[in-house]
Amino acid sequence: MSRETEVHTLSVPPGGTSDRAFLDVRDLRVHFGTEDGLVKSVDGLSFQLERGRTLGIVGESGSGKSVTSMSLLGLHPRADRKGKGGAILSGEIWLDGQELVSATPEQLRALRGQKMAMIFQDPLSAMHPYYSVGAQIAEAYRVHNEVSKAQARKRAIELLDRVGIPQPDSRVDDYPHQFSGGMRQRAMIAMALVCNPELLIADEPTTALDVTVQAQILDLMRDLQKEFNSALIIITHDLGVVAELADDIMVMYGGKAVEYGPAKSVFTEPEHPYAWGLLGSMPRLDRPVQDRLLPIPGNPPSLINLPSGCAFNPRCAYKEACGTACTTVVPELEPTDGAAKHLVRCHLPVETRRTTFTEEIRNHL
Amino acid sequence: MLTFIARRLVAAIGLLIVVSFITFVIFFVVPQWAGQTPEQMARAYVGRGTTPAELQIVETRLGFNQAFLPHYFDYLKAMFVGTTYFDGTTYLHCSAPCFGYSFRTYQEVWPTVLSVFPVTLSIALGAGVLWLIFGVASGVVSAVFKGSVWDRASMFISLLGVSLPVYFIAPLAMLVLCYNWSLLPSPTYVGFTTNPASWAENMILPWTCLAFGYAALYTRLTRAGMLDAMSEDFTRTARAKGLPEHRVIGKHALRAAVTPIVTIFGMDFGALLGGAVLAEQAFSMHGVGALAINSIASQDFPMIMGVTLFAALFVILANLVVDVAYAALDPRVRLA
Ligand SMILES: Nc1ncnc2c1ncn2[C@@H]1O[C@H](COP(=O)(O)OP(=O)(O)OP(=O)(O)O)[C@@H](O)[C@H]1O
Ligand code: SF4
Ligand SMILES: [Mg+2]
Repeated sequence: MSRETEVHTLSVPPGGTSDRAFLDVRDLRVHFGTEDGLVKSVDGLSFQLERGRTLGIVGESGSGKSVTSMSLLGLHPRADRKGKGGAILSGEIWLDGQELVSATPEQLRALRGQKMAMIFQDPLSAMHPYYSVGAQIAEAYRVHNEVSKAQARKRAIELLDRVGIPQPDSRVDDYPHQFSGGMRQRAMIAMALVCNPELLIADEPTTALDVTVQAQILDLMRDLQKEFNSALIIITHDLGVVAELADDIMVMYGGKAVEYGPAKSVFTEPEHPYAWGLLGSMPRLDRPVQDRLLPIPGNPPSLINLPSGCAFNPRCAYKEACGTACTTVVPELEPTDGAAKHLVRCHLPVETRRTTFTEEIRNHL
Repeated sequence: MLTFIARRLVAAIGLLIVVSFITFVIFFVVPQWAGQTPEQMARAYVGRGTTPAELQIVETRLGFNQAFLPHYFDYLKAMFVGTTYFDGTTYLHCSAPCFGYSFRTYQEVWPTVLSVFPVTLSIALGAGVLWLIFGVASGVVSAVFKGSVWDRASMFISLLGVSLPVYFIAPLAMLVLCYNWSLLPSPTYVGFTTNPASWAENMILPWTCLAFGYAALYTRLTRAGMLDAMSEDFTRTARAKGLPEHRVIGKHALRAAVTPIVTIFGMDFGALLGGAVLAEQAFSMHGVGALAINSIASQDFPMIMGVTLFAALFVILANLVVDVAYAALDPRVRLA
């Protein structure tokens, strides 16, 4: 266990300061005891995020993105002492100087919706079908603020207006099913922002929406983040979404970060074979189909029995290049030699990674 | 909303007429198709040693000698405007809504049904309140503390509840509570207006015994509904907003879980109002259910038809109330 534990001194925060970052996650582990065994959904994740900055978390289905975000908000029911019935959490989550892994449920509850808030993927199922949109937003406001119903309603209208809902003072009484998909997501955003949270997590905020609406929602989130100066985490399958929006990108695979660094260098010079695969499976409308790389072959790994060595090795086309290391030794998340902020978890020598990307991969993207 | 209710009421009347037609066919026409002559049918009511003249009177009074359709339309007309029966010797007036006279007691059907209805209403009302409260409450607690001792105990008890019929529990409860321990009077119906305290005291056993099985069922329904609701995304959203757990469960999850329960309750309650057959039999209380059983046993066709239509009326009304309630509870439902 201790061998696998990350060497934290290596993970220089991309923010780069020695003081603790606004959000500082250290060696976060979220495991679930199930009948089939221990599911290691998140296994040793570390990252930092400052106010006003955006982190994009990318990875395939099942890589642990949602589990990570839910654990930041303390939304996982905790396991009992036998490790049953919920999540087993370890590591540290520092939010503005307060540690959340060891916080009490009541402390977490007071922070939720107030200091940290979440935008969920499917706004139709994430909103209560029997309460009006306005009532749901006002409720979020009233939990954390001593205001009258009328004041909360006014605040809800204000927020609906801010996120671009037309005629907010009449739409406020509509039910979620009366909104279009895009408007529902705007309303979700309004609900998340109603208490001016300093940390905003958007878990696949646009997956349920069509392409033009996606762009509008992303624009809106960018504007709002500037306005509120909040720290923003955007979770997505789609590297393209975070490439535009994020300052940093973290690529997750099997519950671990495999590549982490400034968005520009991760997006333009990715070094991990899995990240190449993700880039290749990005939908690109400007190229004929046969020119594009194939999506990553194979399936996401079992989180109960990760493949030995590098978790990606059964699906990796480059593992021969480094002998038996890929199947026997777990690679560390280490800085690439040039940019110290760009971290990669791969046994391939840095030079090989770079030349492979520039000579083989890039032309096909 | 109002036009919806009005339209449904009109439809309900149409449905009742259909029900009346079907029961009429079953009770008056099928025996004739089966080869019985009007004389034979009349004889079934007055016994063997009757003179042909007497038989003729009975035949006329019961309408056995009429053709089918005129007979049915007379019956239908009587419901709305009343009628006067003439059997050759005497006139009998029956005012609307007239469902005819009992073959057996010569009492008017409708007033007879109405006179026993308070018994059924009393049983259903008290039992309904009990099982709704206890069923929903224990279902919620079971769901929230899923897997706990309480959950397992209540699942076990509710398994007993759904598998033990009221005619098994009732004699057992009476034996222990009324005869062995003398805690309660052996239940006899006392009118609410006569003596409310004695009414309630006598009703306790029928209420609890009848409610037990229903409460068991509602516990299971509520538990399943709550578990569903608690795993819904909107419940997670409620938590993410920072709502305290009692609001998450008691407001957001419960609201979603009880909506289908309310509609099921409406149907069950409506069906009971048309006759709490088993409970009435078990406690020898003469409500609509007992009336139905007795009428069937004595082949008292007008009475059977009256009770059938009475029960159908409540089932149809319950349907209507349930639809309106559902629309009020679930904003996605539009009444059209
Ligand atoms: N309560 C739980 N008990 C057991 N396993 C769980 C639990 N919650 C999540 N998991 C597992 O953790 C893994 C990671 O799930 P997670 O939802 O974080 O994936 P994701 O990266 O968000 O995927 P997606 O893109 O599909 O949303 C999955 O394999 C999932 O089955
Ligand atoms: S460590 Fe080996 S298997 Fe893993 S990504 Fe790098 S080359 Fe592929
Ligand atoms: Mg997810």
